[in-house]
Order: sequence, then C-alpha cells, then structure tokens
Amino acid sequence: MAITLNINGSAHEVDAPEDMPLLWAIRDVLGMTGTKFGCGVASCGACTVHVDGEPTRACQTPIGSVGEAAVTTIEGLSGPVAEAVQSAWQDLDVVQCGYCQSGQIMSAVGLLTENPKPDDQAIDDYMWGNVCRCATYTRIRAAIHEASSRMEA
Amino acid sequence: MNIRTTRRGFLTGAAAAGAALVVGLKPNGSWAAAHGGAFVPNPFVRIDPDGTVTVILKHFEMGQGTSTGLTTLIAEEMDADWETIQIEFAPADTVTYMNTLMGVQGSGGSTAIANSFMQYREAGAAAKSLLVMAAAEEGGVDAGTVTAEKGTLSSGDNTASYGEAMAWVKEGATPNPVLKDPSQFTLIGTDHIPRKDSVAKTTGTATFAMDVMPEGVVYAVMQRSPKFGGTVVSFDDTAARAVPGVVDVKQTPMGVVVYGTNTWAAEQGRQALTVEWDFTNAETRSTSDMEAEYLAALDGEGLPARNDGDAAAALASAAKTIEAEFHFPFLAHAPMEPLNSVVQIADGKCQVWDGCQFHTVTQGAVGAVSGVGAENTSIETVYAGGSFGRRANFNSDYEVEATMAALALGDGRPVKLVWSREDDVRGGYYRPMVVHRVKAGVTAEGNLDAWHSSIATKSIFTGTPMGDAVVVNGVDVFSVEGVADTEYTIPNLAVDLRNMETPVSVLWWRSVGHSHSGYAMEVAMDMAAEAAGRDPVEFRQTLLANEPRTLAVLNMAAEKAGWGGDLPDGWGRGVAVHKSFNTRVAQVAEVSVTDGVVKIERIVAAVDLGVAVNPDVIRAQVEGAIGYGLGHAMRQKITFTDGEVDQSNFPDYEPLRISDMPKIEVHIVQSAEAPTGIGEPGLPPAAPAVANAIYAAMGKRVMRLPMVDDGIEFA
Ligand code: FES
Ligand code: FES
Repeated sequence: MAITLNINGSAHEVDAPEDMPLLWAIRDVLGMTGTKFGCGVASCGACTVHVDGEPTRACQTPIGSVGEAAVTTIEGLSGPVAEAVQSAWQDLDVVQCGYCQSGQIMSAVGLLTENPKPDDQAIDDYMWGNVCRCATYTRIRAAIHEASSRMEA
Repeated sequence: MNIRTTRRGFLTGAAAAGAALVVGLKPNGSWAAAHGGAFVPNPFVRIDPDGTVTVILKHFEMGQGTSTGLTTLIAEEMDADWETIQIEFAPADTVTYMNTLMGVQGSGGSTAIANSFMQYREAGAAAKSLLVMAAAEEGGVDAGTVTAEKGTLSSGDNTASYGEAMAWVKEGATPNPVLKDPSQFTLIGTDHIPRKDSVAKTTGTATFAMDVMPEGVVYAVMQRSPKFGGTVVSFDDTAARAVPGVVDVKQTPMGVVVYGTNTWAAEQGRQALTVEWDFTNAETRSTSDMEAEYLAALDGEGLPARNDGDAAAALASAAKTIEAEFHFPFLAHAPMEPLNSVVQIADGKCQVWDGCQFHTVTQGAVGAVSGVGAENTSIETVYAGGSFGRRANFNSDYEVEATMAALALGDGRPVKLVWSREDDVRGGYYRPMVVHRVKAGVTAEGNLDAWHSSIATKSIFTGTPMGDAVVVNGVDVFSVEGVADTEYTIPNLAVDLRNMETPVSVLWWRSVGHSHSGYAMEVAMDMAAEAAGRDPVEFRQTLLANEPRTLAVLNMAAEKAGWGGDLPDGWGRGVAVHKSFNTRVAQVAEVSVTDGVVKIERIVAAVDLGVAVNPDVIRAQVEGAIGYGLGHAMRQKITFTDGEVDQSNFPDYEPLRISDMPKIEVHIVQSAEAPTGIGEPGLPPAAPAVANAIYAAMGKRVMRLPMVDDGIEFA
C-alpha cells in the first residue's frame, strides 16, 4: 500500500507499511542520505527533519502519521535562516566527523526561526537533544550566535 | 613557457575536441598521456587537464581533520590553490600508502600528521618541481625564474596554469623536490584555513558508509550472543521471515543474520527471531564479581613494569604517605555513525565500502573470509562518522561480519550490515575496566620521594599480531603507559601489573592506557601535593624540572587560566598535565558547586605538539577530546549483570550533551620541533583536572568513574 509523502516540495510514493519510521523511508526507500541514523530511539537528534517547519525526530515518526505535512530534509533546506546557519557552520568549521551535523543544523534552523536571538541558555535548552560524539558543542554555540547576527545584517 | 593567450587558444581547441584527442595533441611521451589524461607524479597527488589538483589521502577521515592536514602539506609545497584543491581517499595498498609509524596502512595512535609530514610535503614539492621544469623548457626560460602561486606558474610576463603545464611534463622526467623553509609557509601554521570537509558535512552531501547503497543492495542486521563468548545452538526464523520486507535469514559464525529490503525491515525481522545460545565459554560474571577479582589480584603480586630505587623502603620511611584506589569502568566508543559496511562478493572479487581505519588488516581479513584473497579485495574508503579507535581492530570485526553476511547470502548482491546503537553499546571492543592503586610518600621537606602504582586490567595487545612487539614479560605497555613512562622525576618508583582475563573484547579507546592512567596519576599527584603542603602547580613544576617542554605547557596553562587568582564563592580550580603520543598537554579546570551540584565551567588547555600544521584543527581536536573525556568521566560506563551488558543506547549510556560542555580555551606552544599527534592527547588531563577542581571546591576526592557513581551530581 503506497503512501505519498511530501518531501522537499515534491510528492514521493513510498510502498511500505504505515509504521515504518520516516527516517528509513527517506534513507533506504527514497535514497536521500543526508538525514542520519544515530540511535533510533529519539535520543540523539541525528535524524532531525522539519515537519511543517518543526524539528522532528524522523526515527520516531511513522510514515502513516505524516499525512500531507511538508517534510524538509537537509537536502531541501533553504531560506535566509538556513543560509545563515550553514554559512556560519562553514566559516567556524564546526564539523569534525560530521555525522551529527545534518541534525544539528536542522535543529539550529528551528531554534533561530523561533528565537532569532538566543542566549547560551536558550541554545543549550533547544539543542540538548542533539548529541555530538565529537563534542563540537562550543562551536555549535558560537555558530548559532554567528548565524543570529548574520540574520540581522 | 608560452604567452598565456597563445597557450589558451591551443588548449581551448584541444578541450573542445574531446578527451581522447586531448591526449593526442599533447607532446608525445608526456606524463599525462601515459596516465590517461591526468598527471600523476606520485601516489599522493594528481592533476587533471583542467588544472584541478587532487590529494590522495592515505589516512581516513573520522573527524580528526586529516583530510585538511594532509592536503595542507601538499598544497603548501605545491603552491596549489586551497579553494579548489580536492581530496580523495586512497585505495587499500599497503606498500604505497603505509603509515610509516605503524608498518601497515591504517590510522591510529595520533600518527597521521607525524608520519606524513615529510612524505606529503615531499610529494607536493616533487610535483611542483616537475611542473616548473616542464614549463621552463616549454617557454625557453630558466627554471630558476619560474615562480608558483595558487596553481599558476609565472616567469616574467609568461604565465601558465598547472593544467596547462602538466601537459608539458615528459614521461620519465625526474622530480627535484626542494622543501620550503618554514619562513616561506603560507598554509602550514596559518591560524585558520577552511576545512576541506566542511561544505559536504554541512549540506548533507558527505558520503559515509551508512550512505553507500549500491544497485541491488540488501540490508542486514545480525543477532549476536547476548553474552560475550556465546555461540548459536539453534534458531527459529518463522516469525522473522513473515515480517514484510525480510528477504532471508542465515546463520554465520558470528551470529544470525536477517536480510531485508531496508534496514528497518531487517531490524523488525531480527526482533521476531528466537535464538538459543550456548554460554559454556561465555562471560557470565557481573561487574561486582569482576571487581572483587581485580581487588584480590591487587592484593597479590604483580608483574614489574618499572622499578627505580626502592619504593617499598621509601614508602616505609616517608614522612607522610597517601593511598588511593581508582576504579575505571569498561567504556564503549559509541561513534556517532553506528558501525556498518557494505560488502559485495562476485566474480572472484570482493568490494568493500567502509569508513576504513585499518586497511591492511581489513583487506587481509575480508580477503581470507570471502575466499577471494586480499589481492582480489578492494576497499573504497568513505567518511567515517567518528571512531575513537573502534573502527580499527585486529579482527576487522564489523567488516568481517559484513563479509560473512554477504557470503552467506551468496548471490553476488552487495550486503550492507548495519549495527543498531544497541548492538554498538553491547558489542564489546571496550576500553578495558581498570582498578589502579597508588601509594605515594613525601619527605619531611615536602618532596615526592616514593610512588607505587598497582594496576589490574585486561591487556589489549596480548594474543594479537602486535603482541610480541608491545607485551614484554607479560606487561602490555598500553596497560601501564602514562605511569610506567611518567615524565615526573620520582626517585623511588614502582609500577606493577595484574593481567585480568575475560571473554569481553577490549580495544584501544581514545588515548588508550592514558585514558585511565592519566586520571590516577594526576589525582594522586594532587593528593601528594596536599600531603606535602604544596601548591599543585608548584609541586608539579619541581617534578618536571628535567622536562622543559612539559613544564612549559604546565606554566602556560597556569598563567592563561590565572592560577592562584580569585574565583567566585563555591568555585574550585584544578590542574593536570600529561604527555601522550609525544604531545604535551596541561589543563586547568574550573568548576562551580551550587547546593552540592557541580557544573564544569571552563577548561584552559596548553598544548605542545611541535609544528602546528593547522592550528584551528588542533584547537578543535583538543575541544573534542576534552568533551569526549569529560562525558565519559561524568556519566558513562558499561557494566554487566550475569554476563550481559546493562546499558543499551544513549538513554542509559548517557553521552555528553551541549549543556555539559564547558567553555574551552586552547593555547598552542609555538614550536619548530617535528609535529606529533593531537587526536588523543587532549583527553587524559581533562577528567583529573576537573576532579582536582571538584576537590578544591567541595573537598571530595573522586576515586571512581564515572563520577556520578562516586556521589557527584552534575547540573
Ligand atoms: S536516530 Fe532519531 S534521534 Fe537518534
Ligand atoms: S561532528 Fe562527529 S558526532 Fe558531531
């Protein structure tokens, strides 16, 4: 039974059970690999996508629950907030292994969309669910501040 | 060398005529013609006809920055353009791409830059020399008049891009590499040049093994024994096969594999599987049983690892003594990308896609298991989502499992074996559990006179192909490193070791033995300083008088951190200094304690690693090593109940999170010494510096890791 998902602005047919997590539909069925598997239990944030603009853990989102909602993955990220975040990430060289960073960026865009001028505490609270085993956290904080000021400019 | 316009016109016509003709239009016998259109002066660099310079990376990239570091070395000596230079991972080829400090193709021990520093620079210089000589000949000018900058050669008014000049290099021309004087460096030592992997990793386009999905790929997961050393007796796959998307179930020597059309289907199938295990040779003890055995072993004799003077006599006559018993748990590496690799066995060949850390071993092991032999096994290395040591081991365990899974399926399709996070946390190859007792004695004048370390742990290297080299008289140097080779001058120093046995597999984990010895050494050192009535920094300065480089990092960290200066009420400051992998690191930690709850506020680090090739990458590695070390020291452990691992995933193997991360300052000593490594050395001093700060703030010595198990509560 095919389910239609609206991902990055286009419709995708997924022939899979309704309880398949969105993560695996995006990755293994549709072959979009920017969204990562890290824990499968909503504990690391590597799989973060936007569902109607809200950062959402794709590993715990059954495809049957998505409906018409607009799903955005790192591949489809665009707009001034995304540009500010990605350019700040690049200029500050936040990444190490990089495996968590799609999820970090998706969450950071969610944060700055909701709160364009977060302080350290607000950053820590919002980004808490995104694990980085390489511990790039000081740079993540700095890059979010930097993106915030780029958005003002 | 030609005037730019002339040459340009020529090349435009050539390019328009197509690749085959391009070769034909080049001077006969040119290097590029002999190499299919590319100029490949040596195995480390390639120049394409469009002038693109590509560096071939013999080391994998797990985040440690080698793709930037090795590229810096070649770009520097070649005067290539940093913006456009490309990177490519080397194939498995031990002779060509050997890590000269390890004797195999592989990465580890913080050796990537150390073993490549001259090799990659020479490769870059050699390539440039061929371009310069060819261009000089072509233009009829003296080679000495040709200068290079950002991929362009100039002599007077003449210029040529590397893409143009490469066509003039004659096959068989002999390079004449002349290395730059460090004063001429424009990239090496530059405070921050952009990482080569940043753009791909911020746009979701970097390819990790998890992202490799060749045509026809079958996804697989493996059910392994829940106790280390267990074997399959029988299994029932009826329910597993009924799961939609499950395509097959097979037994392999490592466990039962469930195959699916996607990872989730395979995982659902595995959960429906029932397996009966034989635990005859399995680990069935609990952590408390193991600990009792470790303690009993410590009460008995140990194997001597160091014996200077007479520690027992000096302790007996010391004015004051301290005694400490440190406990360190097993730890999983838990790299962010769960282990996985893709293996295809077809037509007598085996293809592996892997975030490969240990090419020689993996090529040999996969070649043997697949039956095609190492010579018919190719490895395509892709980005690794972290490792911390886990991806390199003497069994190449996860690549061999994927090979067995592909072999068992047996239809030539590529098989992608994926570990769940639970598989990873419970999968062994842990940092070994350690109990480390220290006795130290100080004289009436307050000098450290005696030190006796007794260590109980499982050896990492015993029984491995490298065992003979590093296990001497039963002492694995990696079990006692950081203490037996301490730089502190201690007149009476004894270190002894008890080798503990368990079927639980153990492995190097970021900084190996230093990950625990640094803690025991530096916390006990603070206790000794206190017994001597001396300041912890001043006490260490005296003991490091013969080690000027280490003394210098200690002094630098103390000065930058404002050692001895005022702190807010409830705060404490602690210091630790440790040499590992020939890199010296000192750290000063500041913690605050509010209503008994500890927050790690700031770490100031000073490092001396010789020439700092990429200072920003070095800072990043120190930041990361501090975070990795602190996360485990705060909350992480692997424990056993009746031989089964108690933890399973991040909710109970709690990683460091952003709110735990202190502010970090990294200061790098300016040095002209040969570069050493930085992936690991930032870790060992972090936890003891924090422990010493906690003591300063609240009077509590933390003797057991993780610290939460010793009553420390973190914010
Ligand atoms: S994979 Fe979804 S939160 Fe970890
Ligand atoms: S960059 Fe490696 S896990 Fe975040």
